[in-house]
Amino acid sequence: MQTTTTFRLHFIVLFAVLVVAFLLNLSIGSVSIPINEIIAVFTGSGSSNDNWQYILVDYRLPKAITAMIAGGGLAISGLLMQTLFRNPLAGPFVLGLSSGASLGVAFVILGAGAFGGAIGGFLLSQWGVVIAAGLGSFLVLLAVLAVTFRVKDTMAILIIGLMFGSLTTSVVSVLSYFSNAERLQQYIFWSFGSLGNQTWQGVSILSICFLLGLLLSISSSKSLNSLLLGENYAKSMGLQIKKTTFIIILATSILAGGITAFVGPIAFVGLAVPHLVRQFFKTSNHLVLMPAVLLFGSMLMLVCDTIARLPFNAFALPINAITSLIGAPIVIWLLVRKRKLFF
Amino acid sequence: MISEKKNIILNVRDLSIGYSNKKSTNKIARKINLSLSKGELIGLVGANGIGKSTLLRTLSGMQTALGGSVFLYDKPIESYSSFQLARQLSIVLTEPPATKNLSVQEMISLGRQPYTNWIGKLSAEDKKAIEFALQTTETTKISEKKCFELSDGQMQRVAIARALAQDTPVMLLDEPTTHLDIYHRAYVLKLLKNLTQTTQKTILFSTHEIDLAIQLTDKMIVMTEDQTYFGTPCELITKGRFDTLFPSETIQFDSETGRFTIKK
Repeated sequence: MQTTTTFRLHFIVLFAVLVVAFLLNLSIGSVSIPINEIIAVFTGSGSSNDNWQYILVDYRLPKAITAMIAGGGLAISGLLMQTLFRNPLAGPFVLGLSSGASLGVAFVILGAGAFGGAIGGFLLSQWGVVIAAGLGSFLVLLAVLAVTFRVKDTMAILIIGLMFGSLTTSVVSVLSYFSNAERLQQYIFWSFGSLGNQTWQGVSILSICFLLGLLLSISSSKSLNSLLLGENYAKSMGLQIKKTTFIIILATSILAGGITAFVGPIAFVGLAVPHLVRQFFKTSNHLVLMPAVLLFGSMLMLVCDTIARLPFNAFALPINAITSLIGAPIVIWLLVRKRKLFF
Repeated sequence: MISEKKNIILNVRDLSIGYSNKKSTNKIARKINLSLSKGELIGLVGANGIGKSTLLRTLSGMQTALGGSVFLYDKPIESYSSFQLARQLSIVLTEPPATKNLSVQEMISLGRQPYTNWIGKLSAEDKKAIEFALQTTETTKISEKKCFELSDGQMQRVAIARALAQDTPVMLLDEPTTHLDIYHRAYVLKLLKNLTQTTQKTILFSTHEIDLAIQLTDKMIVMTEDQTYFGTPCELITKGRFDTLFPSETIQFDSETGRFTIKK
């Protein structure tokens, strides 16, 4: 196997770009903070300006960390799904996770009118939305896992996941049809995705989900490598297909479900980053791809978030639109130039 | 006689193969009896759709038998865990690997999975086995190439090398000579023959190259509609087992030359 040492230079460059993107992301916003001040805050000497210190530590830092977790986590779950289904079109949301989250949020936001009072108020708060999204994707996850135990064929799981997605989407449509304009707008804003407004408490819960999913993914990397040969070969090399499928789907659900709960459904990153990485790291070995995809996803998300704030310093563009706006042309350009989709 | 019995690795008794679901069973072949010994090269022949692949899948434990039993080293094959089985039995399938974006070296290294640790790190012993597989199949020169750059003949050698790296006493190959030109067909079969002699592996392969198989193999399995025959090529020829392989109005087996000729 080509090891990570073969790609040492790639990793050094990628890591350097990530650090630059991180610092740039922290310095840009409605208030511009010089980079040497940011470094001063991190090294513990403190900033000369208390406002800057506050903005950095309580607003921009959680946002940047959320961006990195969201980008890296979605990219990894995309990689897992592409290998599990051996399909380059698979992404973190093929199993209907984002639709499940949307359904949960739609119930809460669009249905909150039915409750009113304190319950309605809590449901509409940030935590209400997070819990609803988490529950929604968790229920879809349970349904998908129940199916994995019954169905032998991985491709059938893929189709069933798509069907779940389509089912929940239509329920959301029905709910939207009957709700008022204000609620609808709130729901649509959620569906744009947002990295900001995260408390440190939120970030730590998100980090736990992320680390758990990451651990499961890393522990499956050997199994993922054997799946590259196809299920029959993998079985002949001692792989327990059902157990592996279960772990991979669980890891994806924890990663993508948790991230969607906190930042909303962010499209594109999960599907595209593995392809982008395969263009630069010409290998399918998951021991190389996994860290590369993690770094690249984090970096891409930071860049997208930075760009989302560039044109109007006072407020940010929806992140969900930016990821596709930036990412899609890059992928198209790479594929046209190299004329080969590595998978 | 006793020593020969000791050498039996794969023993098949009254095996019935086919597919079953809740409503019906579709038996493809029944009453299959074979015993494969150490260091033997065995050819499996039969018409298309007669159940060669199903037999190989059943012998490799990928598919459950409808009846009868398969013993690997005197233990029923079902009693092996998939992990234990992976150290005893390797396969080469007709299907190509799901991805071809692996280098030859990486592809062959995957064969070491039953031996590597949880993250798949290769030990010195693993590297030795990979080196052996590369040299035996003469793929050392192309080891850095990606699999999508290979010809069919090279790809088949890499597939065999991967199974070889798995270092199992038994190898099962499903039609390893399909899509290959006459040179590569002979090359692959000779490679398998040499392997049985130098490494004492038991190698069972299905093929349509009946004449080549008759020349090279130690034993043959002939699958026909009614029965499955097992024996040395000579025995099978004298008993006229090849005559029943195909409808005799189109082609006919010539026992003198060991070839099929077209009836004009």
